[in-house]
Amino acid sequence: MTSAFWSVADTARRIAAGEISATQVLETTLARITAVDPTLGAYLAVDVAGARAAAADIDGRRAVNAPLPPLAGVPIALKDVLVTRGLATTAGSKILEGWVPPYDAHVVDKLRTAGAIIVGKVNCDEFAMGSSTENSAYQPTKNPWNLERVPGGSSGGSSAAVAAGLCAASLGTDTGGSIRQPAAFCGVVGLKPTYGRVSRWGVVAFASSLDQVGPLTRSVADAALVLQAIAGFDPRDATSLDAPVPSFSEALTGDVAGLRIGLPQEFFEAMDDEVRAAVQKTVAALVERGAETVDLSLPHTAHALSAYYLIAPAEASSNLARFDGVRFGQRAQATDLLEMYARTRGAGFGPEVKRRIMLGTYALRAGYYDAYYKKAQQVRTLIKRDFDRAFRFCDVILTPTTPTAAFAFGAKADPVDMYLADVFTLSCNLAGLPGISVPCGLTSDGLPIGVQLLGKPLDEVTLLRAGGVIESAVGLGERRPPAIAALAAPARITRPGVVAPGGDA
Amino acid sequence: MSEPRPLAAMLEEWEPVIGLEVHVQLATQSKIFSPSAIEFGAPPNSLTDPLVLGLPGTLPSFNLAVLQLALKLGVATSSQIRARSRFARKHYFYPDLPKGYQISQFDEPLCENGHLDVIIGGALKRVKLQRIHLEEDAGKTTHVGATSHVDLNRAGVPLVEVVTAPELGSAAEAGEFMRSLHRLVRWLEISEADMEKGQLRCDANVSVRLRGEDRLGQRAELKNINSFRFVEHAIEHEIVRQIRILEAGGRVTRETRLWDAERGQSAPMRSKEEANDYRYFPDPDLPPLVVDGAIMSSILRTLPELPAVRFERYQKLHGISPDDARTLVGERALADYFDAAVAAHPSERGGRMIANWMLTELLGALHASNTPVARSPLAPTTLTALVVLVENGTISGKIGKEVFEESYRTGEAPAAIVERRGLQQISDTGVLWEIINRIVAANTKQAEAYTVGGKDGLFGFFVGQVMKETQGRANPVITSDLLHKRLGR
Repeated sequence: MTSAFWSVADTARRIAAGEISATQVLETTLARITAVDPTLGAYLAVDVAGARAAAADIDGRRAVNAPLPPLAGVPIALKDVLVTRGLATTAGSKILEGWVPPYDAHVVDKLRTAGAIIVGKVNCDEFAMGSSTENSAYQPTKNPWNLERVPGGSSGGSSAAVAAGLCAASLGTDTGGSIRQPAAFCGVVGLKPTYGRVSRWGVVAFASSLDQVGPLTRSVADAALVLQAIAGFDPRDATSLDAPVPSFSEALTGDVAGLRIGLPQEFFEAMDDEVRAAVQKTVAALVERGAETVDLSLPHTAHALSAYYLIAPAEASSNLARFDGVRFGQRAQATDLLEMYARTRGAGFGPEVKRRIMLGTYALRAGYYDAYYKKAQQVRTLIKRDFDRAFRFCDVILTPTTPTAAFAFGAKADPVDMYLADVFTLSCNLAGLPGISVPCGLTSDGLPIGVQLLGKPLDEVTLLRAGGVIESAVGLGERRPPAIAALAAPARITRPGVVAPGGDA
Repeated sequence: MSEPRPLAAMLEEWEPVIGLEVHVQLATQSKIFSPSAIEFGAPPNSLTDPLVLGLPGTLPSFNLAVLQLALKLGVATSSQIRARSRFARKHYFYPDLPKGYQISQFDEPLCENGHLDVIIGGALKRVKLQRIHLEEDAGKTTHVGATSHVDLNRAGVPLVEVVTAPELGSAAEAGEFMRSLHRLVRWLEISEADMEKGQLRCDANVSVRLRGEDRLGQRAELKNINSFRFVEHAIEHEIVRQIRILEAGGRVTRETRLWDAERGQSAPMRSKEEANDYRYFPDPDLPPLVVDGAIMSSILRTLPELPAVRFERYQKLHGISPDDARTLVGERALADYFDAAVAAHPSERGGRMIANWMLTELLGALHASNTPVARSPLAPTTLTALVVLVENGTISGKIGKEVFEESYRTGEAPAAIVERRGLQQISDTGVLWEIINRIVAANTKQAEAYTVGGKDGLFGFFVGQVMKETQGRANPVITSDLLHKRLGR
């Protein structure tokens, strides 16, 4: 049996029990990356040496019977917007090519402390701007369920790697759906925690008031374990919440009796029939297990997309000002300062990033601020109030994660079409709420469908509890992506040679 | 071109209107948004960390020590303090601004509508302060030939920006404003405010208008004014420049001009550098800055009496001259010394005498040994004890100076010195009469020349003889009185 699709808990338990070494688990993962990733394109960098050293450390500790931390030996991949000490971090952009950070993101610190093995950095849309990972400056990443389809985005490398068994779990970031949407497209679980639940220290910023780090995993239980490792107050992030962190695994009681599930009418208007059917089946399954449904309205939902596409680009245009070629990353040759800035940024940023910088710069111009950015913030407040009111009548809100299953490469050539792919996910970020996407079936074409749960602030527990029930009722079970099955080499626990996946390793 | 008129003549017709924007570095141990240390003169780029360098993924977290210092200034200037103020991002590209934006405050500053009482001559002039806000300093760029060097040690040093209303009427007033602000921030111990180290920096908005005119003239902004001397020099130069333009029928351009201290003139900055839309917006990385009752009450409890208040009190209560009062409040340690000395004096009227002794003997001795007032070897109570000995006639003023010198040097109490060395003043008329008799008898020729010959100058000779005989201890008033009697006029 290969360890490639073991759960996080199983992997850690078996290593702790001495059934398998952390090194054996890692080598299986590395071998699988070698076999699969040249086709899949999930990894931008694999830290073979660092991962082997970390695995050897766990095995050493195990050998002397030292206590092992909860994720000891669990191979994890990081979206490449998470800063890693000594390991190149690109944010999917040419402008950061070759940048080797001198520090670790808070979540990376936490994962290392928890004993996780950082396998490498996975692909994403440039600076997390996109919904298909097609905006990566480096490579496309394919959907393991159908190589003609996108894996979603912006955390598309994270969702593809998890779905294809190229890591036990991964971290992504979610600014408008960038964890949940690719999770839905790749048939995995994606959890976006409450804004402030997880520190943003060391997350290359896209939109500061919306960004949040979260896990992509093959099960709800795994999401709980990884969230446990990364959640908690961090004084280095002034927006981090100083709130107690509950035991997330204990949330998985399998009991939804009496749970009030809100169904907002605005989220059930336009979607594919197969998505609608899968979501309805999910609701029925929950009701069957004792949950109640509450029909409700979130009246300002229609304005969420517009507000989001003012706020996010405005913050991005500011956050990306530091990429000036002066202190790190790429610098273009020029004869004077202004030319250096223009050439560095002109060559370093891709078209979508430039588009958003321009949108955001325009929205913040003196004299336009009130009409755009400020107005968008007012809409945001109204959206928050919609949710506050809704949560007086329900415990959790259920919607489809996306209007459609994974689309084909190049299908959303018009940026606005691409923006509309996030229509169900971005309200959650505007309101700062936790959200989770859980697989709830396959289309007739064999593409995964995701259902989204949105919770009250800091109530990830209820999302995990309800998500666990959905998983066991309508989840994908042991079904694995067929498209990559043929690529995977037979399981072998040997040391492969040089691992050079489809990026710069 | 005709001979330029002197400034004084111009100012009969023209009224300058000046507003200042003053940056004060706050004396915290670490930077405003990171734990990186602050130190003047450290090797370039040694005081940095990932945040100061603006590396991707770094986030600011506010250093609360900064708030304490800024609030002291806010309260000391009677400003309205916002319970919730906000940090905003101010965007522009420059190599010494690592993030591409400066974290500052924009439409919700910490302090508004305060005032500073500026000592001008013998009086106080109340200057309105529009706002005092917090921001981070930028790094420093130096250009060497075709190469530019960026030092980010200064990046992230906490600043307050103090913005006055446009109501300073002359270069001299602007200079006095800077001196008063300098005095105040040092008094509050919130900044060293050394202009040479860039801890206190000044930009000036200058315009002129015909006297009697209500509307403000077009203004120019002067930047890069780095010493008290340059404040006045640069502003005066700008006033003259604008008056000449207007008198020649021209118009003042709204622009930013850099003061060149070496050439003693200003030049416009290239428009490319100033054509900025700063795109201010609230910094999403930082929650609102909340000032709660606990912080405010601790600030109010520990706020010292302010220099302007003492300046007035010293004149009104102690009858001290404006010049002396101004000197006394020049430094908090000096004023505190004065207050402690006065408090030790048995009567209410010791102030003037104490001030005289402080400003002559004490400051002289301190300067000579390059000792700060705070470390004076002579305690305020000791000075008062000495002053009392002079006031009650135990010793003369002249002997007092001797005793001061010895006490300053050795730390021995003045009364003990007087006792040990027998320096008490002789006021006993019997003793003095006997001495005078002896001296007059021994100098009959001089006595006759004075009494009969009318040589007035010889009176001093006899006083000198008495002082010589008594080693200076004879009470000068009684001595003079008795001598007049003995010599017959």
